[in-house]
Amino acid sequence: MTIQRNVPVARPRPLARVLAPYAAELKAELRRSWRTPAYVLPCLLLPVLFYLMFGVMLGRGQTSRYLLATYCVFGAMGPALFGFGVQLAVDRAGGLLTLKRALPVPPLAPLLARLLMAMLFAIAVAVLLIATACGLGGVALTLLQGIGLLAVAAMVALPLGAIGLLIGSHAEPDAAPALVNLVYLPLALLSGLWLPLSVLPQAFTTIAPLWPTWHAAQLGLRVIGQPAGGNVPMHVGMLVAVTLVCALLATRRLRRIG
Amino acid sequence: MTVHTPPLAVLQDVQVRYRNAHALAGISLQVHAGEVLALLGRNGAGKSTAIAVMLGLRLPDGGHAELLGGDPQSRAQREQVGVMLQSTGLPPKLRVGELVDQFRASYPQPRPLADCLALAGVHDLQRRFYGQLSGGQQRRVQFAIALCGGPRLLFLDEPTTGLDIEARQTMWQAIGALRAEGCGIVLTTHYLEEAEALASRVVVLEQGRILADGPLATFRPQLAPRRIRCCSGLDVAVVRSWHGVIDARRSGELLELLAEPAEPVVARLLAEDPLLHGLDVRGGGLAEAFVEMTREAA
Repeated sequence: MTIQRNVPVARPRPLARVLAPYAAELKAELRRSWRTPAYVLPCLLLPVLFYLMFGVMLGRGQTSRYLLATYCVFGAMGPALFGFGVQLAVDRAGGLLTLKRALPVPPLAPLLARLLMAMLFAIAVAVLLIATACGLGGVALTLLQGIGLLAVAAMVALPLGAIGLLIGSHAEPDAAPALVNLVYLPLALLSGLWLPLSVLPQAFTTIAPLWPTWHAAQLGLRVIGQPAGGNVPMHVGMLVAVTLVCALLATRRLRRIG
Repeated sequence: MTVHTPPLAVLQDVQVRYRNAHALAGISLQVHAGEVLALLGRNGAGKSTAIAVMLGLRLPDGGHAELLGGDPQSRAQREQVGVMLQSTGLPPKLRVGELVDQFRASYPQPRPLADCLALAGVHDLQRRFYGQLSGGQQRRVQFAIALCGGPRLLFLDEPTTGLDIEARQTMWQAIGALRAEGCGIVLTTHYLEEAEALASRVVVLEQGRILADGPLATFRPQLAPRRIRCCSGLDVAVVRSWHGVIDARRSGELLELLAEPAEPVVARLLAEDPLLHGLDVRGGGLAEAFVEMTREAA
């Protein structure tokens, strides 16, 4: 068998070749998720079940509408935190990350694939929630409001994915799920995603601006015409800052330990 | 052997420190095309660190590393390299063919999928999930990934650990075929017979230093005297003075010699003691050389 020796020549490569490793990573992520129903189903259904309970059965009118926005944020949190946090810890411990670094896999390809997965999950959960809210909760949305809500949900994947990245770059695979839950569940409660902050003690409202998920929820509420705290530049600024800081810390750590 | 092509990988006086300990204390070596270089050494001798530096996974604290004439960390160099690490947990829910395809996508001129699977001996596993495979089968899939880019230089870190004899033979054949294509191969192994079967050159590391570096053929007689045992009444002191005898000792009736070359010594033993019996000649293998050298260094 003869093989051609590729003498490295500086010439632009066709776009398809440039994109191929990115597409391959995304395809692998899609298959990996699709073939793990024990991961996919809770990710998709848990927020909907919670919303059915608190937003539809117990809530009425404005509460159903408020909780639709906050559950869209909650639904985006899980896939982003677990997808980045736990999966990264597993890949790191198993040596897959090192192998990809040693091979010509573009360093951003696995991260982008995972981010896209988290966004897809977030959008899918938001679609289910909107359908539930409109079908069973008596919530009415304009098309633009619906699209806006999907966009907010997808965007939540960025800061939460970055937090997950930070956890996954430090934690051992056994400890990662517990650590993720330690961030996931309190953050959801403290940001008023499960129940409106107004039904919780005042202190919760006071410290709420500390949490990136609260800012995301305020954006969601604005989109569907609900009263919301703060202002848009502040919310967006906070989310961008969390994304950048966590991603920077995580990549620094990965470069050091890799 | 004279090599005219530039080396595929170069380590020049490379030092690596972990905290205060030297993992590599200034080693220099080159890997050439069409050569199988076996890196031998005990656990912690610095084999994996040497590979990590050649691959650009670890920057040296001192010295210089070059991969295919360039920076080991640049993608252009890595596109010509294949790697099989000591252990890699690949996603269990992906099929063998999908996994190899995923890595093929990162190379500019990948080897056809069917070729990769056939060379690694896993063509019949293409549709199986990685998580369902035995440890040995998983190792072979990792080997298929290592060679999927049509590399000019291949790093194999203990490739046949956990393989049965047949699978090991398949991998040895594949390594031979790749070498014949002109691929340079760096191999670490605990199986000395593997280094003997495959390597054209052997580098022995101990405590971050190179103890020996040379073609296998020159390596053996110089470093691995053969061990001769027999039951004989000859005087130990006399035998020790014979040409070729390095050491002689007696325990009871048993006479034990270290000798190289061993053949004339055996002939003389038989000639001088007609009653000699129970003759046993062993060694001259890499295992003896290796044990001898690392014991001396320790």
